[in-house]
Amino acid sequence: MTTSAFAAQGADLELVGIQKRFPGFTAIEHLDLKIPAGSFFALLGPSGCGKTTTLRLVAGLEEPTAGRILIGGKDITGQKPYQRPVNTVFQSYALFPHMTVLENVAFGLRRRRIDEPVAKAHEALRLVELDHLAARKPQQLSGGQQQRVALARAIVNRPALLLLDEPLGALDLKLRRQMQLELKTIQEEVGLTFLHVTHDQEEAMTMADTVAVMNKGRIEQMGAPEELYELPRTAFVANFLGQSNLFTGPVVGSTSDAIAVAVAGQRIVVPAARAHRHAGEVTIGIRPEKLSLHLSAPADDPARNTMGPGRVIDVSFSGVSTQYLITVPQVGTLIVFAQNMAFGPVAEEGGEVWVSWDITHGFGLEDEPADTPRFEADTTTRSIAAQRRASLITELEEV
Amino acid sequence: MKFSLGRWLLPVYAVLALLFLMVPIVYTFIFSFNDSQKSNITWRGFTLDKWLNVCNVQNGAVCEAFGNSLIIGAVATVAATALGTMIAIAIVRYRFRFRSGVSLLLFLPMATPEVVLGAGLAAQFLSVGVPKDMVTIILAHTMFCISFVVVTVKARVAGLDPALEEAGRDLYGSPGQVFLRITFPLLLPGILAAALLSFALSFDDFIITNFNSGAVTTFPKYIYISASRGIPAEANVVASAVFILALVIVVSAQVSAAARAKRLAKSG
Repeated sequence: MTTSAFAAQGADLELVGIQKRFPGFTAIEHLDLKIPAGSFFALLGPSGCGKTTTLRLVAGLEEPTAGRILIGGKDITGQKPYQRPVNTVFQSYALFPHMTVLENVAFGLRRRRIDEPVAKAHEALRLVELDHLAARKPQQLSGGQQQRVALARAIVNRPALLLLDEPLGALDLKLRRQMQLELKTIQEEVGLTFLHVTHDQEEAMTMADTVAVMNKGRIEQMGAPEELYELPRTAFVANFLGQSNLFTGPVVGSTSDAIAVAVAGQRIVVPAARAHRHAGEVTIGIRPEKLSLHLSAPADDPARNTMGPGRVIDVSFSGVSTQYLITVPQVGTLIVFAQNMAFGPVAEEGGEVWVSWDITHGFGLEDEPADTPRFEADTTTRSIAAQRRASLITELEEV
Repeated sequence: MKFSLGRWLLPVYAVLALLFLMVPIVYTFIFSFNDSQKSNITWRGFTLDKWLNVCNVQNGAVCEAFGNSLIIGAVATVAATALGTMIAIAIVRYRFRFRSGVSLLLFLPMATPEVVLGAGLAAQFLSVGVPKDMVTIILAHTMFCISFVVVTVKARVAGLDPALEEAGRDLYGSPGQVFLRITFPLLLPGILAAALLSFALSFDDFIITNFNSGAVTTFPKYIYISASRGIPAEANVVASAVFILALVIVVSAQVSAAARAKRLAKSG
């Protein structure tokens, strides 16, 4: 192995037709992904969606059932983990408990026989501001410090690609926000490609240039954080990335600019450019903070959609804003976030209210309404039973 | 002051139990200084002769038996620890055919009465035509020590976070380097404990040894044989020396561990 195989700058990662099956369930159905060099890319999804499996495939800790993995245009699918120009920051940090912080950081350099491993390790520790603790053992450090050592241990190798497996999951909220900022700064400083796996949508949105939302072994939508938030393509993305009010109904009229959807007898207008389907049964949505509350029926305004009357069933005050839950007959429950411009809530529980929103704020989903799950998550009882059965069969074969 | 039974019961019980355990050891130690003649049962006066000339009686039979036990213990320990560690890692980390069968077989030597095991082995050696000597003793000891090594090391392997080895591979360590620099050092406490256990088991085994030793005399066998006609004081000397050595090792390990903890506390 030569040092020239390792880039000083990040390289792009390409996954082509990746599929990964485990006994009893499919972790990744079909994945095509391209991450440009030097970007901060986040894979976001609930647990069991295949995001950690994707990361392990790239690291070489799992082998794909089908498909190819390319780094900087070079096929590395068949390479062992120690041959790949990739380093991982593990969720549990996985610091070697029998080595000092310095030895931990120098480990990768020594394996590759890089010159001056100690000096370079010190430099990496200075980057995460922990050089003064170089002589300590990992278990003498706090969680946040251990996390930074794990980061230093990975970036000191200047990998083409840095993989982060929920690295901030074990930290408390305040430290997490601080580390998010630090990670982002370090990424800009070292210029490496970061692939970050997380289930925390806020973390993904604040840190990443590009976010891919994963669900059930597939990427549902990929794009810049603002784009994903303002224009979600599926119901899953609309609800996983923040909250959404979704309505279903038939398209009753369309122009080149907008479509009109009948929702429980009310006409809701959505810009055509923001709707993926323009005919038939469609699902449309609006974000809770885009809604305005009215205590009386608002005057007809062609620029605004109106819905109501409804009844306030819950008011929860959270300082900056207040969240209202409103039931509208035949439509269901709506969530409204209202900035607390005045003291206290505007509407009371049990009160009658109307909501309205700017028609340009709505969005239309690509999903078939009433979408059924593609395949079971690995946590359902059925797939656990299937895995159990598979392991019993192998056990029986042994005897 | 009122007499309370509960308050005195535990100390009295503890002192009695300690006395019961210590008396034979103290007796053995004291009688290693006995100026004994044919038998070492009555006190005939203090002497250091037995300590100074431990290898000179009965053509050095005591020392020869002791030396045999050391060699057998060392070889069996190294063999059993090496094999047992490999088996333990295989059983915890890999799924393979006959895995449950292997686990069961490993448990058998611990569950089988030693007499049965010893006699069975002796019969096997006889039918295969292997002459009984040091080699057969070492084979027998290695066999039953492996079980204890596997049990001890298995617990340590199960407690080892697989992410540590994955991190090693991720940080450019080849499988050999990962084992040498991560897996092995982290398993080392378990492996050492297993080795000590193996040595202790091998060193004082009598039953299985007696069936498979032929003309070779080990230390326990020597004591057993000489017990019928009076154990020489030299045997007391060897036993006392082993006890003191073990005591010194344990105490120094404790002291150094305490010093290390203090140093860590200071730096942390």
